[in-house]
Amino acid sequence: MSTATDTIDEFVQSDYKYGFVTDVESESAPPGLNEDIIRLISAKKNEPQFMLDWRLKAYRHWLTMKEPAWPQVKYPPVDFQATIYYSAPKQRGDAPKSLDEVDPKLLETYEKLGIPLRERGRLAGVAVDAVFDSVSVGTTFKAQLAEKGVLFCSFTEAVQEHPELVKKYLGTVVPHTDNFYAALNSAVFSDGSFCFIPKGVRCPMELSTYFRINAAKTGQFERTLIVAEEGSHVSYLEGCTAPMRDENQLHAAVVELTALDNAEIKYSTVQNWYPGDAEGRGGIYNFVTKRGLCKGRNSKISWTQVETGSAITWKYPSCILQGDNSVGEFYSVALTNHRQQADTGTKMVHIGKNTSSTIISKGISAGRGQNSYRGLVKIQKSAENARNFSQCDSMLIGSKCGAHTFPYIEVKNTTSRVEHEATTSKIGEDQIFYCNQRGLSTQDAVNMIVNGYCKEVFKQLPMEFAVEAQKLLGVSLEGSVG
Amino acid sequence: MKLLNQPILEIKDLHAGVEGKKILQGVNLVIRPGEVHAIMGPNGSGKSTLAAILAGREGYDVTAGEVLYEGKDLLELDPEIRAREGVFLAFQYPVEIPGVNSTYFLKAALNEVRKHRGLTELDAVEFLALVKEKMKILALREDFLKRPVNEGFSGGEKKRNEIFQMAVLEPKLAVLDETDSGLDIDALRIVAEGVNKLKHADNAQLVITHYQRLLDYIIPDFVHVLADGRIARTGDRKLALELEEKGYDWLLKHELASA
Ligand SMILES: Nc1ncnc2c1ncn2[C@@H]1O[C@H](COP(=O)(O)OP(=O)(O)OP(=O)(O)O)[C@@H](O)[C@H]1O
Ligand SMILES: [Mg+2]
Repeated sequence: MSTATDTIDEFVQSDYKYGFVTDVESESAPPGLNEDIIRLISAKKNEPQFMLDWRLKAYRHWLTMKEPAWPQVKYPPVDFQATIYYSAPKQRGDAPKSLDEVDPKLLETYEKLGIPLRERGRLAGVAVDAVFDSVSVGTTFKAQLAEKGVLFCSFTEAVQEHPELVKKYLGTVVPHTDNFYAALNSAVFSDGSFCFIPKGVRCPMELSTYFRINAAKTGQFERTLIVAEEGSHVSYLEGCTAPMRDENQLHAAVVELTALDNAEIKYSTVQNWYPGDAEGRGGIYNFVTKRGLCKGRNSKISWTQVETGSAITWKYPSCILQGDNSVGEFYSVALTNHRQQADTGTKMVHIGKNTSSTIISKGISAGRGQNSYRGLVKIQKSAENARNFSQCDSMLIGSKCGAHTFPYIEVKNTTSRVEHEATTSKIGEDQIFYCNQRGLSTQDAVNMIVNGYCKEVFKQLPMEFAVEAQKLLGVSLEGSVG
Repeated sequence: MKLLNQPILEIKDLHAGVEGKKILQGVNLVIRPGEVHAIMGPNGSGKSTLAAILAGREGYDVTAGEVLYEGKDLLELDPEIRAREGVFLAFQYPVEIPGVNSTYFLKAALNEVRKHRGLTELDAVEFLALVKEKMKILALREDFLKRPVNEGFSGGEKKRNEIFQMAVLEPKLAVLDETDSGLDIDALRIVAEGVNKLKHADNAQLVITHYQRLLDYIIPDFVHVLADGRIARTGDRKLALELEEKGYDWLLKHELASA
């Protein structure tokens, strides 16, 4: 079947050789969810009382909530009592100490995924670290970053080392009551990343976390919290991969960003969770809440996402533009091949004066994939002279897939201006033939055309990741044309 | 096996149509190395259809006849293989490929062709050197290469870009479908001279045009008139002059009378 599936298959199988299952088993909670499980998670992490209280509050609220039914996706109900909510990361001691100890087959697989691990500089080492033991890559750079006052560590560590910051910012952008999955995450999240960029500091390097679901029947609930103080700047990237399994697995993350006066946060995602096989068996349910608060004047939050994985994606990275002159951006490429379903988009909520937002969304549907853009642009009464520009393009490859667009616009201030453009195109047989006539195979032609179509988004990614994203798209599209 | 003076292209009694509509009804044509052939003919007579069938576009049904390319069955090959084997089509309506950089596109294409021919692939530096040479032939501005393939190009620029690609890919058989239409007078001369420079003893050109004017620059060895699905008349370049003067009606009536 598709080589994309083979690649992931290969990758996962080589991963298993390293015995993830044993390690995970020894530190897993029993399946199911109740207050005892939450107490167990909190105790395992040696959390202060305020964290446990917050988790329990979230759990009790979650019990009153219903799963959302409005997304344009179909899936059998998730059995929350069959999911394992705590599974400890593998011991660090077992991780390969250098690239020489990594199975060459794995390196090869990664090469095919567009991540040449050997040649790349410092970040390469980091990425490998993340894949093998699920530990936040930040650790590697901690000392160097600390020199500048940048805090970058796992959430668990942040709770121990910087409880005052966690207490101050946790749940301020995405409250525990926000939505069903955010509430669930607040109750049970096990780890994630924490970044704090102090006043006036330009973070000297890309911060990057690779998330990986490794154990069977386990949900992953991570939480990322990024705070950029006045005048600071940070670019953060997350990558995700998961083993191939026949059953679906739940991933419900929460990401909260806060930018103070003149601060800028650039958040990029290359999401490649296991998408399920060609028949739609298995794959990750990716139900994620991501929101940034442009709290200060002239602050800026920019989301860039390249979504190629997951069986189901349900995700709307949003910006609350509270500070005057603040700027929100959303650049997205979402690809659904085979039986994947994506309902993704953004919310731009304009509160401050002269706030502006840009939305560029590129959906690609292939195979029997279903791709929906869902976006809200809300201009509140206070948002004088607010501006929004949205462009939502859909591309169809083949005739069995679907593209849907749900733009919602609410304008309460007449001085504002909102522009929305949308196009749907079928990948042109003419274009493919033109490429063929120059000697390019149909698969190469499709990759080229799709990458050209996504260019506006890719150029927002940090350079090396843009290359990765392009190749990833190529791998994900394999088998999309006959 | 390659025979001495083996034709590059042999079309034998080709019948083809689209969606049940008969378009070509017994086309015969032999093109040998070093030759330039021109095809003229009324609108809708099937010139582009013939070009498309040679290049391997989907959707056409070949109901009878055969096409040999260097002695091999051309119709059996996938379009990209034909291209790598040296069949090039300069499109009547070149398509735009938004976001795909022209240099990147052409480098990928050339390397596919080179791989197929057992040559090493060119790296970026080698490729740029080659491209700069070829650009001179077409008097192209360098910013062409930085733009996405045909995107926002004027009609004339698109045509010129086609011949530029031909210069880079060095085909054995180049089919030019109305490359002259849309070109201004200066561009016509530059493009035609470019085409002439690309001609040599081992390759061949099949030039589809409505205008004798192009044939002032590109001197054809043969001029064919395609009408009613077959080649109604073959002559030398004088035939083109005659057609220009008298129109197709004259010729077709004439053919009818002698039939
Ligand atoms: N896909 C198609 N579906 C239906 N009819 C078609 C199709 N393609 C070509 N035809 C018809 O076949 C005939 C030949 O078309 P073709 O484009 O080959 O003509 P041409 O000789 O190149 O004309 P022109 O000089 O106008 O370029 C025309 O009548 C055209 O309408
Ligand atoms: Mg034509």
